[in-house]
Amino acid sequence: MDLILVNLIDGLVTGLLLFMLSAGLTLIFSMMGVLNFAHASFYMLGAYFAFQISLALGFWMGLLIAPLVVGVMGAGVERYGLRRVHQYGHVPELIFTFGLALLIEELVQFIWGKNQMPYEGPDILQFTAFAIAGNSIPAYKIFMIFISVAIFIGLLWVLTRTRVGMIIQAALTYPKTVEALGHNVPLIFMGVFGVGTALAGVAGVIAGPVLGTFPGMAFVLGSIVFVTIVIGGLGSLWGALVASLLIGWITTFSKAYNLRMEDLLTTFGFTKPEPIWDSPWRDLWSITSPQIADILPYVLMVLILIFRPYGLFGKRDA
Amino acid sequence: MTDQSTTNASKSAQGVRAGSMMLALTPWCIAAVALLVLPFIFTANSAITIMNQMAITIIFALAYNMLLGQGGMLSFGHAVYAGVGGFACMHIINNDAFFSQLPLPLLPIFGGLFGMGLAMIVGSFSTRKAGTVFAMISLGVGELIAACSVIIVAFFGGEEGISGDRTYGLPFLGVEFLQQIEVYYLIAVWLMLSAALMYLYSRTPLGRMANAVRDNPERAEFLGYSARWVRFYSFVASGFFAGIAGALFAINYEILTEENLNTTQSGIILLVTFLGGVGFFFGPILGAIVFTLVQTVLSLQTELWGFYLGIVFVVTVMFFPGGLAGLIMMHVPAMRLGKLSVLALPYLRTLGAGFVGCLGAAALIEMVFHVRHASVGDHEMTVYWTTFDSHTVLPWVLAIAATVVGFWIARATAPSLAAAWSEANTADGGQP
Repeated sequence: MDLILVNLIDGLVTGLLLFMLSAGLTLIFSMMGVLNFAHASFYMLGAYFAFQISLALGFWMGLLIAPLVVGVMGAGVERYGLRRVHQYGHVPELIFTFGLALLIEELVQFIWGKNQMPYEGPDILQFTAFAIAGNSIPAYKIFMIFISVAIFIGLLWVLTRTRVGMIIQAALTYPKTVEALGHNVPLIFMGVFGVGTALAGVAGVIAGPVLGTFPGMAFVLGSIVFVTIVIGGLGSLWGALVASLLIGWITTFSKAYNLRMEDLLTTFGFTKPEPIWDSPWRDLWSITSPQIADILPYVLMVLILIFRPYGLFGKRDA
Repeated sequence: MTDQSTTNASKSAQGVRAGSMMLALTPWCIAAVALLVLPFIFTANSAITIMNQMAITIIFALAYNMLLGQGGMLSFGHAVYAGVGGFACMHIINNDAFFSQLPLPLLPIFGGLFGMGLAMIVGSFSTRKAGTVFAMISLGVGELIAACSVIIVAFFGGEEGISGDRTYGLPFLGVEFLQQIEVYYLIAVWLMLSAALMYLYSRTPLGRMANAVRDNPERAEFLGYSARWVRFYSFVASGFFAGIAGALFAINYEILTEENLNTTQSGIILLVTFLGGVGFFFGPILGAIVFTLVQTVLSLQTELWGFYLGIVFVVTVMFFPGGLAGLIMMHVPAMRLGKLSVLALPYLRTLGAGFVGCLGAAALIEMVFHVRHASVGDHEMTVYWTTFDSHTVLPWVLAIAATVVGFWIARATAPSLAAAWSEANTADGGQP
């Protein structure tokens, strides 16, 4: 029971982190119909900028400034890159963001090198918040949960309760009408792109000390984020939340509990072939759940696509 | 290899058809002769290795373009089909009883069939939608299979991959494929064969429908074609030829690892195809040749070649979405008018200056990189065959001067190039 609670917290941290990325990604998608392949690259940039700033001004200034810088860069990319490529259609847009992801990774290697950066959380959070049956929960994890939830509530409030949010929601569905009413729709698009990438930047700032700040960090998380929004349903914010938490918990639990395929197969009445090392099914028999934890999201995605192609919360025609 | 419609009233219809047939066959004949002769010109072993690599990349890129260029489907996981085809062939090679009865030149067929089989399974659910959804699914499936390669050790051989010996096959006309040159001709024959087949495929009604579905799926549906099935057939055909490329890879290198099917490999083939140009059949061929050459040369010269590649790729997507082939084909109207020579001098001025600017910028990048990342006290570096101290002022001044002056001249002469361009594309006496 205690172990379940610990894993619930761990999974929540992973899930909320994923959500911070997938929220921005899904917002951008529902608005422009383009999937930003470079989204995770902005997450990486957030971590690197925060590291660089934290060397001079400390962690908290990094948390404040780095997402702003990333957001401005994101807005710039939309204004001078995507808007230009938009005329060629969706596929070139996707290829453009793919090239951008490539370029940002190379750029990061060019500036900071290939090694992991010694980026660490603030000293003030280096203590154990509480312990559950001997498993200590670091305060930094609680801080991560707190930040993500605060951002989620803030985002929800802006989108549903403010005038800006109303205009954004209207622009998502009827951009032409909103434009006819005198709003600057391209500016709104640029703003949302900037905010989305800034969110990814925040995720990078707070995940950098935990998951490591290295040139491959965008790649590690990037494809999982795409899987998340496909599972949740493209363009659905709630879907992104549910799918993020689902993936967070699934991977955490399958890593924590060592379920073995052997036991599962024996329960279903299969007999283990002897000798096992010579059987063509040896890999199937030796699979354990921690081993496949990282590919479970992809399996889930394929299953969802087969049985519910529009995702958990997606609209049928999306 | 492009459509040339000859409209000459003085010839009979028969003559026109024969003429355009000749015109259509010429590039193929040239390519065949070139493939035959090339090993006699470049006899070094390393050159043959590069040419083998090039030919495999060409087949793969052409297969990829069946999706991207002709079908409008962007796949982020296409290396999987080539990789699985290759792995299957490796298992056939290692199956002595079967392989000793099979001539090696027939092996790629099996690779193709395995690639096709996998494409049929994946395509059954991934081709429902084109565009973003298809791209996402291809990425997810690609990641899934690449990740499986370290789990399903029996098939993928884990981290060290699987290897075999191609020479155990049934000798084919007395050839046992011990030497690299014999493998070269095997690959060359398969290159011609699959390129011709893919070209002919693009001329079939199905290939034409793929274009229609790419451009306007709704309209194609109204005409009574199922967009989904058309996409499915393109996908399966593309998987077949990707599998052939994978099989040739297995024959050439005799080893396959996880690297053959991971996302990096899929990304490279997208890069190659797009840089070459997706709009024309010969685009991916051009892309594969140029990419392999540049990769071989540049990756020996600089650590930063991926950085340059990234810049070139993004610039291509933003400003030249037609790729290299598109740039070349842009000049066809001027050539028809016989005014290509008008462009020569302005090109030399603007592009020459731009080239100097790029060289200067590249030198700057190399110097910054060296100053930041070289070991402490190592001040000596070599750029453009010149060795100098990167901590002195002179090289920086030179590089900055070359960059600024080069780009400035390019910018200043750009209007005259634009004027020459419109002049070259205007028939004499016509309105510009």
